[in-house]
Amino acid sequence: MALLKLVPENTSIPFTSMRLVAAVASAALVVASIAAVATLGLNFGVDFRGGVTLEVSDDAPIDLGEVRRAVGALGLGEAKVQEIADSSGEGGGVVVFIEQQEASEEADGEAAQFAALTKVKAALTDLLGDGVDFPREEVVGPTVSGELIQKGVIAVVLAIGMMLAYIWLRFEWQFSIGAIIALVHDVIITLGMFAVTQLDFTLAIIAAILTIVGYSMNDTVVVYDRVRENLRKYKKKELQALVDLSINETLSRTVMTSLTTLIALLSLYLLGGEVLRGFTFAMIWGVLIGTYSSVFVAAPLLLVTGVKRDWSTAAPVAATP
Amino acid sequence: MLQFNRWQVGGVALLLFFGALFAFPNFLSEEQAASMPGFVPQTRVNLGLDLRGGSYLLLKVETDEVIDNRMAGLRRELQREMRPRGDRPRIALQSLPTYNQETTTITLRVRDASQVEDAADRVRDLTREGALSLGLGGRPYTVSVDGARIDVAMTPEAQRYYGDEAVKDSIEVVRRRIDPVGNKEVAIQPQGADRIIVQAPGDNDPERLKALINRTGQLNFHHVDTSISPQDAETGVLPPGRVSFPYAEYEGAGSLVVHEEPEVTGDMVENASAEPNPDGGFQISFQFDGRGARRFADFTRENVGELFAIVLDGEIISAPRIQSPITGGSGRITGQFTPEEVSRTATLIRSGALPATLTTIEQRSVGAELGADSVRAGAIALIVGFVGVIIYMVVSYGRFGVYADLALLANVVLIAGALSLFGSTLTLPGIAGIVLTIGMAVDANVLIFERIREEIAGGKAPIVAVETGYKKAWSAILDANVTTFLAAMIMFQLGAGPVRGFAVTLAIGVVTSVFTAFVLTRLLAGSYLLGSRPKAIAL
Repeated sequence: MALLKLVPENTSIPFTSMRLVAAVASAALVVASIAAVATLGLNFGVDFRGGVTLEVSDDAPIDLGEVRRAVGALGLGEAKVQEIADSSGEGGGVVVFIEQQEASEEADGEAAQFAALTKVKAALTDLLGDGVDFPREEVVGPTVSGELIQKGVIAVVLAIGMMLAYIWLRFEWQFSIGAIIALVHDVIITLGMFAVTQLDFTLAIIAAILTIVGYSMNDTVVVYDRVRENLRKYKKKELQALVDLSINETLSRTVMTSLTTLIALLSLYLLGGEVLRGFTFAMIWGVLIGTYSSVFVAAPLLLVTGVKRDWSTAAPVAATP
Repeated sequence: MLQFNRWQVGGVALLLFFGALFAFPNFLSEEQAASMPGFVPQTRVNLGLDLRGGSYLLLKVETDEVIDNRMAGLRRELQREMRPRGDRPRIALQSLPTYNQETTTITLRVRDASQVEDAADRVRDLTREGALSLGLGGRPYTVSVDGARIDVAMTPEAQRYYGDEAVKDSIEVVRRRIDPVGNKEVAIQPQGADRIIVQAPGDNDPERLKALINRTGQLNFHHVDTSISPQDAETGVLPPGRVSFPYAEYEGAGSLVVHEEPEVTGDMVENASAEPNPDGGFQISFQFDGRGARRFADFTRENVGELFAIVLDGEIISAPRIQSPITGGSGRITGQFTPEEVSRTATLIRSGALPATLTTIEQRSVGAELGADSVRAGAIALIVGFVGVIIYMVVSYGRFGVYADLALLANVVLIAGALSLFGSTLTLPGIAGIVLTIGMAVDANVLIFERIREEIAGGKAPIVAVETGYKKAWSAILDANVTTFLAAMIMFQLGAGPVRGFAVTLAIGVVTSVFTAFVLTRLLAGSYLLGSRPKAIAL
């Protein structure tokens, strides 16, 4: 049986020669992403912005416009109504998002959110009758939402920091710089994608970004590992040719692993249900960007930072008496 | 590297066996699991609230209240301490002691400079009490004297101690209220310094839970002052020592004026239960403890014919007339209760008062049906993803792809086993973590197989090529998995429920996949190569 080989053996694609094009493309994407986040902003979900998420399902199809009007009439500020597939098949389902309510004289910041939830449920029960069901409710008050933003930022920064330290420990600082630039690149472009699409940015997306950080690092490390090995093997080879060789040697694996991961993720995206969709979408995007960045960003960066050529001698620390 | 001795093979087999053994109960129904022989473990993976439906509440214990109450009490005591007693003279203060909430400090200003030392001694004597019982290793208050001014401040250690106590007590009270029979289905845990997490599976009506939790549960018996009409109470002119309380909703409109100091308080009630009333309807019967019984007997004896009000959280739930002295230490509350109200109120009284207000700061609930849908969707995604990867691996690597697939299967079994063993909670993101692990777990094998291909292309004999492939791929496998593991650890620290579930399965998946992909496939490949010594291998 002939085995499937998506990447032919012994490729010699001059990846690093494309580094200028890649650099321009990456820089443009990063700048565009930063601009998108700055102007459009991220569409923070209830986790980070506080407020109410309420899933509504009914035996009969739900008229989106009616729900919008009913919720809008309550004077609870910005309210979004989104249609979703009703889990039970027939009938309709919508998700209502109410922005965080300001503290008022009657209710402090925490209680105000719950008051809004009660109002919305009452209004929708009036509108849709007794058959209405609320299978999912989420209420996040200002205390928690503030903390979650802080925690999320800390987690991403901490993750990148730990990767930096680990690569430094296992390789050299030049590798570390390249890997971190690639990581930051991935994270910024993922954030940019969320700004452009205005998909809900929730706590689960932070988890997705952290996984992307791990995955992208994983990819980069495999290429770097091969570069290091080749540095030992070919002492005289020109660095650019050596980096190209390393990328080509690992190319088949890079493609293979991206594909198996994408198979799993696509299955989740298409079949895993509404709740996971944003999360898996972020992951799919991250795997694509992460794969691109290890080949076109992280590896060529070694040409910029330069690397130690002679790996055969013992480290200087060990040599001093 | 391809040779495994008997012990190593045995070790691998044993590990897989235990993985399967612990994973096994998850595929049984409750009854089947119960009828299994004793060696089969009973623990199974807990489904998270998002998968089985239920309510999650994050409560904040307002610990500042506890501190403020304590300081208010201390302020009264300090004031009393300045009065003459026996041959001790009175110490005159410039004004009433003041309390600063920000610094948790009570300040006294002594009028006569010659008495400052004396006053400070009395303050020190008073605040020394209880220092030992706290186990703080020091005094709960610091006393400092500056001219005529004496500052009494609660130490940060004592504040933390009282705060922690309030959290512990609150958890006990909440448990008695929402899980009175103690079936442990409801998880109530502290989080951080002043938070409580309540997770109630199956119950997607968080309002009902909160109705029980958020009541302070302060029960008091007050003497009603009928000389002041409720109309006067509404206009707001009440003589000192009198307060007015409104009737609870089901008792009708209006309010009553009562003596501010309660005759008996809820902590003297020993038991309370809901029962049907002989006249139809429902009633709450309760028993006082010894102290409460004595005080209630004295009070009712002296006030036959008068009214007394039973006040729960600032609302009058009943205001009966005292027909005769009640000396038996027990009583009944009758009123226009519905069955729910009567049982809820009885539970409230029985569970005692919360030491502080609990504020709900986060609430999530999922219906059981939606949860079941999520399980189904997750399972389908898992199976489809799994089959997709399996086919792709076989198509790409042939016989070795089959080895990788067997390793993948073993990996899923080990993850399920580990989750059961640790009694971890599986959430929807957790399922996503497993599916993702399936996609990424084959990475180690991909690395190895690609390496073997290169070695074969370099002209090495099969056995040598495979051996070198495993050896050389190890460093990349290790680095790649450590980075993912680190990311999972950080996610776990980040904390919130669903994300944690994802982090746990991802971390477990990383560890098990390194084992199955690196050790198990090597065992399989090794026994094939050493057994049939093929001249060439298809890869």
